[in-house]
Formats: sequence, structure tokens, C-alpha cells
Amino acid sequence: MLLIDCPFCGTRPETEFRCGGEAHIARPTDPSALDDGAWAEHLFVRSNPRGLHAERWIHAHGCGRWFNAVRDTYTDRFVETYKAGEQPSHPIDDARA
Amino acid sequence: MLDRSLVARRDRPLGAAPTSNDRARVAPAPAGVRLSLRVRGAEGLSSLGLGLAINRMSAEGERFSARLGPDEWLLGAGEAELETLEGEIAAALGDRFRSVVDVSHRNVAVEIAGPDAASALNAGCPLDLSDAAFPAGSATRTLLGKAEIVLLRPTAEPLYRVECWRSFATYVHGFLVEAARTA
Repeated sequence: MLLIDCPFCGTRPETEFRCGGEAHIARPTDPSALDDGAWAEHLFVRSNPRGLHAERWIHAHGCGRWFNAVRDTYTDRFVETYKAGEQPSHPIDDARA
Repeated sequence: MLDRSLVARRDRPLGAAPTSNDRARVAPAPAGVRLSLRVRGAEGLSSLGLGLAINRMSAEGERFSARLGPDEWLLGAGEAELETLEGEIAAALGDRFRSVVDVSHRNVAVEIAGPDAASALNAGCPLDLSDAAFPAGSATRTLLGKAEIVLLRPTAEPLYRVECWRSFATYVHGFLVEAARTA
């Protein structure tokens, strides 16, 4: 079973968690100033890399907290987890070729 | 005629009797008061188990306090102690902003005890329940089969208290009885 390191509870089984998509996506400060294309870009377009990817996860059947994780989409290995509002210590742009 | 060895043993799906396995005994716990307390920045306080680390609990008689997350506690007490407990929360937290919800009717508890209790729980709970990983005083929300539960281990004895939602109670109880039989 895949184990995920919750920043609050420690290492716990994957079935207790839910994924919430890509992390660190800043909501535009003035949405009404955006045209439809830019708004659609914010809502739907994600980086979808092959390699390291910062994601939001929630420990739904545990402490109930959202946190961030850096996961390798190629190996499904969790590189690190960190609390919401923090930055990863791994550079997340070194995608695989 | 079908070979008898190919006939699966048939268990009645309803009315599962309490297990007679002495190594893992399953019994519904008596009704009690449970309060869900949410409050931020109360870790420095010592009463009501507010100073516990995350996923730790304290228990004394029917009273228990389990810290399930950074700002969430599950408090339990005897059936007649609701006002006492609410008074203690008010005394401990004063004017601090908080939410206290009476979940006594939502929660049902089942206790499983005996040397094989942990392995019976592991039939549906993926946590490591060894003494090193889940020692006395551990408490956490987790899964049992398809149901969300709060698993409490008040003492070093192999006695676990499984708190689940009322609508999951027959499922959880049946699951534990079945698991205890084969543990």
C-alpha cells in the first residue's frame, strides 16, 4: 500500500487521503478584469508534467487537513509533503524528458 | 452432486451474534455523551486534554478526550455528564472562539478486546496497530472497511474502542464480529 506522510499525523495509508489537484495556483486578484480565455486558463489549464508535480492533498479520513505534496507523476513516489502556505524544498520544475 | 469441498460456507447476513472468540471479543459500548470541539490556539491549555499531541488521547473512567487534528477534539463522558462537560469547556476556554457540537446521537461505539483484537481490526483497518506504532493513549480517525471510524486505545490493554456513525453501526459491528471470528 502506498504510504503518504501527513504533516500532522505522520505516515498513513493512501486510502485515508484524497487528491485535490495541482497546488500553488493563485486565483486572479481581479477576476472581472480577465477575458474568457484567461479565466478558462486559470480554471482548467494545468501543467500536467511528467515528473515532479506539486499537488494539494487532504487527509480526509484522518485529521481532515489540506496540505501540499510533491509527487513524481512518473514513479508515483511522494518526494515530500509540507503544510499549506509553505513552499517545497524541492525544485518542482525538473520534469523528466 | 456438487463436491462438498466446493460448497462455500454460508453465513447468515443478519443478526450476527456477539462473537464467542475469547481472543477477540466484540461488544457494543453503552451510550454516552460525545462532544466535537473545534478550537484554534488552545494547545497551551492543560485541562480537558487540550494539551495532548495530535492523535493522542487521555481517559479516566467514562471520560475521555482525543485530539483528532490540529484544532479538533472528541470528548466523551457518561450519559448524565453533558452539562458538567459543557461547563468544563466554558471554564477552560472562557471567551475564546470555538465550536462545540453534541454528536452523542451520531456516534455509536463498539469495543473489541483480546489478544487478537488488533489483527481483527486489521481485517479492515490499514493502520499499523502494533504496540510501537499505536501504543496506549493513541486515538485517530481512520477507516474500517468502507466506514470511517475513530479508533481509540485508552490503555496498554489490547482493548480498542471503535466510534462510528450511527448509520454505519450495523456494518461496523457485523464487520468486527466477522473479523473476530476469523482473526
